[in-house]
Amino acid sequence: MSDPATDPWSAAAQATPATPASGADPWSAATNPVDPAALATQANPYNTPPPDAGGDAWLQGASSAAGSGADAAAQGGAGFIHTAPPTDHGFALHQLWDGSLPVQDWINRGLDWLVLHFRPFFHALRGPVDALLGGVEAALQYPPTLVMVGLLSLIAWQLAGGALGLATLVSLLVVAMLGIWPEAMVTLSLVLTSLLFCVIIGLPLGIWLARSDRAQRIVRPVLDAMQTTPAFVYLVPVVMLFGIGNVPGVIVTIIFALPPLVRLTNLGIRQVRPDLVEAAKAYGASPWQLLTKVQLPLAMPSIMAGINQSLMLSLSMVVIASMIAVGGLGLMVLRGIGRLDMGLATVGGLGIVILAIILDRVTQTMGQPRRDQSVRWFMRGPVGLVWRLMRGRQAPAGQPVAQAAASKARPAAARTQPGTARPAAQAGG
Amino acid sequence: MAKTLQIEHVFKVFGDQPERALELARKGMSKQEIVGLTGQSIGVFDASFTIEAGEIFVVMGLSGSGKSTLVRLLNRLIEPTAGRILVDGDDINAYSDARLREFRRKDISMVFQSFALLPHMTVLDNVALGLELDGVGKARRLAQAHAALTQVGLEVWARAYPDELSGGMQQRVGLARALAADPAILLMDEAFSALDPIIRTDMQDELLRLQQEKRRTIVFISHDLDEAMRIGDRIAIMKDGQVVQVGTPEEILRRPADAYVRNFIRGVDAAAVFKAGDIARKTQVEVSESPTRGCRPALKRLQDQDRDWGYVVSPDHRYLGTVSGDSLREALHGHEGPLGLAHAFVPDIQAVPAATPIHELIGAIAQSHAPLPVVAEDGRLLGTISKNTLLKFLDRTTDADGNPLPTATAEPSAHPAPMAAEPA
Repeated sequence: MSDPATDPWSAAAQATPATPASGADPWSAATNPVDPAALATQANPYNTPPPDAGGDAWLQGASSAAGSGADAAAQGGAGFIHTAPPTDHGFALHQLWDGSLPVQDWINRGLDWLVLHFRPFFHALRGPVDALLGGVEAALQYPPTLVMVGLLSLIAWQLAGGALGLATLVSLLVVAMLGIWPEAMVTLSLVLTSLLFCVIIGLPLGIWLARSDRAQRIVRPVLDAMQTTPAFVYLVPVVMLFGIGNVPGVIVTIIFALPPLVRLTNLGIRQVRPDLVEAAKAYGASPWQLLTKVQLPLAMPSIMAGINQSLMLSLSMVVIASMIAVGGLGLMVLRGIGRLDMGLATVGGLGIVILAIILDRVTQTMGQPRRDQSVRWFMRGPVGLVWRLMRGRQAPAGQPVAQAAASKARPAAARTQPGTARPAAQAGG
Repeated sequence: MAKTLQIEHVFKVFGDQPERALELARKGMSKQEIVGLTGQSIGVFDASFTIEAGEIFVVMGLSGSGKSTLVRLLNRLIEPTAGRILVDGDDINAYSDARLREFRRKDISMVFQSFALLPHMTVLDNVALGLELDGVGKARRLAQAHAALTQVGLEVWARAYPDELSGGMQQRVGLARALAADPAILLMDEAFSALDPIIRTDMQDELLRLQQEKRRTIVFISHDLDEAMRIGDRIAIMKDGQVVQVGTPEEILRRPADAYVRNFIRGVDAAAVFKAGDIARKTQVEVSESPTRGCRPALKRLQDQDRDWGYVVSPDHRYLGTVSGDSLREALHGHEGPLGLAHAFVPDIQAVPAATPIHELIGAIAQSHAPLPVVAEDGRLLGTISKNTLLKFLDRTTDADGNPLPTATAEPSAHPAPMAAEPA
């Protein structure tokens, strides 16, 4: 992150002088929901420069964070919390209905306390996320652009078939030609890392909810809150606890993108036909066998839809996450908005859309149940090509082709005429 | 190999206060009263009977009578509220989870009304399911599954998926899956109810054939009495969770325990269940063939009793032939002295074996002018079936013995079946 062009913080700092009316700065927008004082002083943010409150303190804290690390950011954050108007800490019964209940104050104090006592814990959480994210990002950015384009297209071909592989190739070439390849890879690594954590957390959670009605009753409102709470609300506490940068970006993305995966996993497992579950139990399935051999395979289309939705929501969080110093395409959009540079914003947005469409189509195709067992996964796509070449070298030419033809003919013939299928099956087997 | 199932005072209450419902049930309250008082629904109410090793035991009842619950108690898919279920003397309700899984994998299997084949697996993998869950190695379980699939004649379809098969074939796969682990007990929950009538008959034959190849204890749930009568060695009839009657098909048709059972069996095709021996009556004149007697005494007897036909038996009661007044007179015409009865036999009257189902006899009886003689396996004359007897039997307002049925609301009368007491 030493390159000033990709350093979001220096970029944000550059953006600020470019728009002197700092009321238009997205940072102050981020503080608005949590800082009533700033809200009050910025009644007309486009004309009056804000006084010394919220927004600026925040910006100073944030920009110093680029140099001295996340602690400074938290101090900055804590600093602006103390600027909140002093409230009466005593509690009287009439406050319950006259609207003067100091809930905001309680929340601020609670968060304060949390930050004071648990920051090391949350920082420890950064480690694994950081390592994984760094690894993925390095892996995506290390190969030359064209090699990576080819590699990703081959993966799409393998996972989702030739047509999608070709479409991926064209789309990625467009991304490369737009000159946003490094940013696209940063965004992709962020999205994939978030997805990985979503799957690690969401799949077991969904399975648990499917097994326990009580768990479902408790967790569902939490999921509702995660999905509907505006991202700006939890952006600030996340930054205060985790600091800024890519890791809190991943965490914010997970909060937003996790619920659909949990919900659809839960739904998918609950919608498995009860007689199939009963049959598996009647034949002596243990709970683990029931899950792995019956429930998960049958819920797979639903789970894949959940993964698809999680991916789409992660991508839609990219711009918001860039507000807490996450690089990539989101930052391009944010910078474009900040500079009123529609071109920059559009190019970034186009990159996001292209990534979204590729990921959507690939995961959707993966979600459709594939059943022709005679063609295994390693016989398809580019891997299949290599496999066939290697088989062709080992065995006499023509034999694998004949076998493939026989195995293809078998189910087809069996479907139409069992009488004629018998010799075909014998010839094939 | 086959195992005996003993069901002892089994109750199943659905609801959160089973104890209270049980208490009321023991006080003699009916199912409806208990539902009204406590909101607890009783699935099975004090069921007690024994299923013998190697028999096909059919549990009959309308929907909601608790028969599906009962069958699920046998492999503990549903836990009983009270009572014991013994398999060869072993109380399965005392099994640990691991032992229960072992029991389900090896000793008991189940066929479902909805087939319940896993749609994401091939037919062969479906058949191998029980073995796979048991941890049998891939090669062995596929070979075993293939053998089971061959037993039901579907080996060609091994690599197809269940939804590519017709309903009847899917249920054959379900049957193969149940047979794959070679269990001692087979539970069939309305296994053939979702099939077309013709396919259903095919499947029943298939089941009977498999049962002849190797005897298993089969518990078959059905709401179709014809099916029950066709395949069942014994039948239990359930109503509102209670077992109303247990018996062989003949016993149930002949002596229904109460008005409910009588109503239940009203529509059954009795002609398919009953055999010639069941309705043969000794109402005709029997003439013993002996050297001292002959045509003349026989003719005199027929004339004295005003009968047209006489059935000739040997001294050890074996059927020899049929004579009529006309045939006797014709044989005696211009003949002096004693004449053996064999000279007067009416030629075209064939004796019917006792085991012939009645519906196969209708044509023969309609064409014959004499009541048909029915003989046992050892040749003894059991009686005769006249057109009159047959018509009474086929008339659904009389019971199997030709007595008028009491109306359905009347108290059940335990009437013994009167044999050979009825004038022709």
